[in-house]
Amino acid sequence: MSDVKIVKTLDFSGLMCPMPVVKTTKALKELEVNDIVEMISTDPGSIPDMKAWANQTKHELLDSKEEGNGKYRFLIKKTH
Amino acid sequence: MEQKQNKLAMISARGTLDWAYPPFILATAAASMGWEVGIFFTFYGLPLLKKDLKASVSPMGNPAMPMKMPFGPKGFQNINWPIPNLITSNIPGFENVATSLMKQTFKSKGVASIEELREMSIDLDVKMMGCQMTMDVFGFTKDEFIDEAEVGGAAAFLAFAADANVSLFI
Repeated sequence: MSDVKIVKTLDFSGLMCPMPVVKTTKALKELEVNDIVEMISTDPGSIPDMKAWANQTKHELLDSKEEGNGKYRFLIKKTH
Repeated sequence: MEQKQNKLAMISARGTLDWAYPPFILATAAASMGWEVGIFFTFYGLPLLKKDLKASVSPMGNPAMPMKMPFGPKGFQNINWPIPNLITSNIPGFENVATSLMKQTFKSKGVASIEELREMSIDLDVKMMGCQMTMDVFGFTKDEFIDEAEVGGAAAFLAFAADANVSLFI
């Protein structure tokens, strides 16, 4: 994943469901197709939620992982 | 990838703070996933459409509601105070205490307020409709409601819900 160019980091630490999903959607609207964003969340539910969100919206979830320290990190590619 | 857009139709019939959350959380989540969403507010759900939101929560009839404090060390916050429901339901003013505790707890845990979630719903084009019949019965007028609210009857909701993938009565 070191070769991907992240155009923006969205830090939604401290926000609970459904805000990481809602705010990610909002943020993507401002970006271009194929842009890759990094999203940081502290909501443990965001792992299954982002997977479901990507499945429904057809945006691409390139990476999804628990960082330790209570943080979750996602790499999302805007596909349309 | 072109497929029929998913659709969520909900009836919100309870306007207390605790019951206000599910429809707005589901509405914002679904709309964020590109779903078409509509909420039909009826009976005690109607006040959730008011410009000035005043949702509160009552321990009465909610005996499983945890009684926890939103301040102090984590161990203290996690204590579930064993106050009998008979007392929490009957002490005058306890409703205000419970409402304030719930709002503070939600805020400290990073949960959005109902006002914020409703704003988000509007932003995401969630359709909100007040039930005309219960508005007349309980004496609500459309001008008390947010501008985005529409008004309709059972047939209007059913027509919207007819092709919904998910329909919920909350």
